[in-house]
Amino acid sequence: MLSASHRLHSDALSDEVNRVTYGKCNNPHGHGHNYVIEVLTGGEVEQDTGMVVNMASLDQVVQKRVLERFDHANLNLDPLFVNQVPTTENLCRAVFGLLEDTLPVGNLEYVRVEETENNFFQFHGERQ
Amino acid sequence: MIELTRRATFSASHYYWNETWTDEKNEQVFGRCARRNGHGHNYTLEVTVAGEPDPATGFVVDLKWLKDVIENEVLAAYDHRHLNLEVPEFAGTKMIPTTENIAIAVWKRLGPVVTGKGGARLSRVRIYETPEIFAEYRGEA
Repeated sequence: MLSASHRLHSDALSDEVNRVTYGKCNNPHGHGHNYVIEVLTGGEVEQDTGMVVNMASLDQVVQKRVLERFDHANLNLDPLFVNQVPTTENLCRAVFGLLEDTLPVGNLEYVRVEETENNFFQFHGERQ
Repeated sequence: MIELTRRATFSASHYYWNETWTDEKNEQVFGRCARRNGHGHNYTLEVTVAGEPDPATGFVVDLKWLKDVIENEVLAAYDHRHLNLEVPEFAGTKMIPTTENIAIAVWKRLGPVVTGKGGARLSRVRIYETPEIFAEYRGEA
């Protein structure tokens, strides 16, 4: 889980359109969420260990690549969100990108980001 | 492609009964669910839509819009209702309001609205009857 703040505001849109589009999420001072990140890896069970991936190694990668970067941070100030609005759609894609090539073993099947208990987002990579 | 899921809850009553069967067969197949006075559940509905985030807004669809659509198309008809008696797709013994059939019915209610909006498609409907049981429908492949 990571706790972060963000403000949904697009420089490509007028202030009025931003307010209409994003509603409360356009509040100039931002707001925050406890994001729950789910990382699913797939692969064959290794004969010697009986594991697809060592959970401790996976935790370490997620901690280093994702939590250290975003936890207790303002997403709008992260370089990844200079040119895109930090919606949870885009956060989900960003987290996938940060993990994709850094897994110790196995394939990244999807990243799920729960923004609140009532909504979540899932990205499976660029496959169709 | 991103999948976006919104949850909503509603409470409704129902019973299972097939009019073409004998009472004995209904009781045998449906057990306690066949009791004609009905019973109820707190259902949790998960609606997933899929699409690309709009480059300008970063949204696949506006979550508030999706909430309103679920509210207007599903909850307004199902919440605090008797599914067998008050909901058109089940009333008059047309379809038994099992969790499976509710998933299909919700899909039919939401599909055209989501498609009509453009930019996203309905990808999955999941309905929990209890925390232990759910049915999922992804449309006809």
